[in-house]
Amino acid sequence: MKQRSYFVTTAMFFGYAFLYVPIAVLVIYSFNDSSIPTVWNGFSLRWYSALFENEQIINAALLSLKIALISATLATFLGTLAGLALTQTNTFKGRLLFTGLIAAPLVMPEVITGLSLLLVFISSEQLIGWPDSRGTLTIIIAHITFSMAFVAIIIQSRLATLDKSLIEAATDLGAHPFRVTLDITLPLIAPAMLAAWLLAFTLSLDDLVIASFVSGPGSSTLPMVIFSKVRLGVTPDVNALATIIITIVGLGVVISGWVMYRQEQRTIRRVQQP
Amino acid sequence: MSFIQIENISKKFDGVTVVDNISQDINQGELFAILGGSGSGKTTLLRMLAGFERPSSGRILLNGKDMTDLPPYQRPVNMMFQSYAVFPHMSVAKNVGYGLVKENIKKPEIDHRVEEILALVQLSSFSNRKPNQLSGGQLQRVALARALIKKPKVLLLDEPLAALDKKLREQTQFELMNIQHELGITFILVTHDQEEAMTLASRIAVMNEGKFIQTGTPTEIYEYPSNRFVADFVGSINLFEGIVATNDSNATQVKTDALGLLAASPDARVNVGETLWVAIRPEKISLSKKTISSTDINSVKGAVWDLGYYGNHCVYRIKTDNGTYLQVTTQNQSRATGLDINWKDEVHLSWDPACCMVLRE
Repeated sequence: MKQRSYFVTTAMFFGYAFLYVPIAVLVIYSFNDSSIPTVWNGFSLRWYSALFENEQIINAALLSLKIALISATLATFLGTLAGLALTQTNTFKGRLLFTGLIAAPLVMPEVITGLSLLLVFISSEQLIGWPDSRGTLTIIIAHITFSMAFVAIIIQSRLATLDKSLIEAATDLGAHPFRVTLDITLPLIAPAMLAAWLLAFTLSLDDLVIASFVSGPGSSTLPMVIFSKVRLGVTPDVNALATIIITIVGLGVVISGWVMYRQEQRTIRRVQQP
Repeated sequence: MSFIQIENISKKFDGVTVVDNISQDINQGELFAILGGSGSGKTTLLRMLAGFERPSSGRILLNGKDMTDLPPYQRPVNMMFQSYAVFPHMSVAKNVGYGLVKENIKKPEIDHRVEEILALVQLSSFSNRKPNQLSGGQLQRVALARALIKKPKVLLLDEPLAALDKKLREQTQFELMNIQHELGITFILVTHDQEEAMTLASRIAVMNEGKFIQTGTPTEIYEYPSNRFVADFVGSINLFEGIVATNDSNATQVKTDALGLLAASPDARVNVGETLWVAIRPEKISLSKKTISSTDINSVKGAVWDLGYYGNHCVYRIKTDNGTYLQVTTQNQSRATGLDINWKDEVHLSWDPACCMVLRE
């Protein structure tokens, strides 16, 4: 076996420490018995129980979950359609432009996305009276808008690796193009759709900036509640909450990564086999 | 009227002509092979027959009916893909039955026909397997069964044996011919492999740069190529440029720079003084350490320059005294530990004028 160089080992240690020490500190202090967040006073779960008695936080968490579920589902639906449209119609001119346009929201600063959505909602309210106020609905619409771009990119890259002759074979066997999509394309991209859904779900759960722009009174998402609490000083129950969020988001990322990895392995095996 | 009529078919991609004004009739029950190198346009032609590409001009008629504008899912034509394109998320039986489900046939009949066709391709015990549990040869047979189950009028095969190893290829090749014979379906296959085309097809069209260069039976293509491209593409050949010296009903004699005066089988079309090529296949030349020819014509002396031992035959490259190279193939008919004719040996080459042909282009 090759001797690992000390330089690489050290660099790796510092790199990962840089990434994960803050998170580890936060997780450790969430189990701190002291009410001063920076002084260690022994292990305790008191901040977790305090958290579950805090109605404001529970409600915000439920709202966030609801928004994430709805927006991730709709974003997956719309993003999949966009991905299909961009890869399957090879005659459609300006496809490159549209591919670029769908990816643009990924690099757009969130402040701008949030601001522009807010302006759209206000002017739409003035023009057609809908949405009549800002709240859960506007947050859902805003989250669909930005997470759809991620979904479309994931679906598109999966479709790009899909063997086109599978689609052609189904067409050749007498299936109408729409049936081919249902019978062949969708089952084959299902794992990518699941991964995309999980990503959209975590993105929605995470979002503070865009939600702050488009939310209204009485519809504060969990990140918004945390942020406003921290502004008045860090309390240990926020640490506990953050630990729970990290666990949920981490699980989401790990699962979607695992699904994509398995998909890839299967593709590799299929390529190597004949 | 022929079964399939290809009429002046052309296909251009962004101004580049890939298929160039091809017209060809194909008969019912025929096994027609399109043989060409990569980029010859053979796959594009096949895809136009399947309906995946629309011709830039020309028509395709099947049984007298114009099917140029029919989408693939409405054509009585099925295709076997080079990659097999077996649906990875469906079992073998589901894959094979897919085409029938789309025809709204009832389930018991589908099951019956799937069973029947799986028996034909010897996959009966594999009906519940998933494609990733099958070998390359088995996948190929799933693809074949799936394409055949709809009883198409024409089966299109894109490089059907290319992904199989040599032993399996020989075996599958005969199975394919048996199935074709049994079902009487017209097969059109596209291949770059001349052996595949020669053994399978009843007729071959040699294709280059979007055109059919020559169409004929395998023997016609091999023994009577119409030009140097076909002669060189199908099998190996020795070609010598020369000027026609005499031409009568006995032989056409050509004066070449490389080997002097050569006699070829008579060709009434050529004129004395014309520049052309004399062609001789490597296996038509006999090789000997002693002089075997009584005449000087079609007889040269040389030395073994290169030698390839293939087990059943040997390929020699002979360098003549004036530096011309000839390729000669010999059958290894006797069993021995060493070769009769080996590196650096002095050898005499001779061949029958009847085996020698002249090519004008």
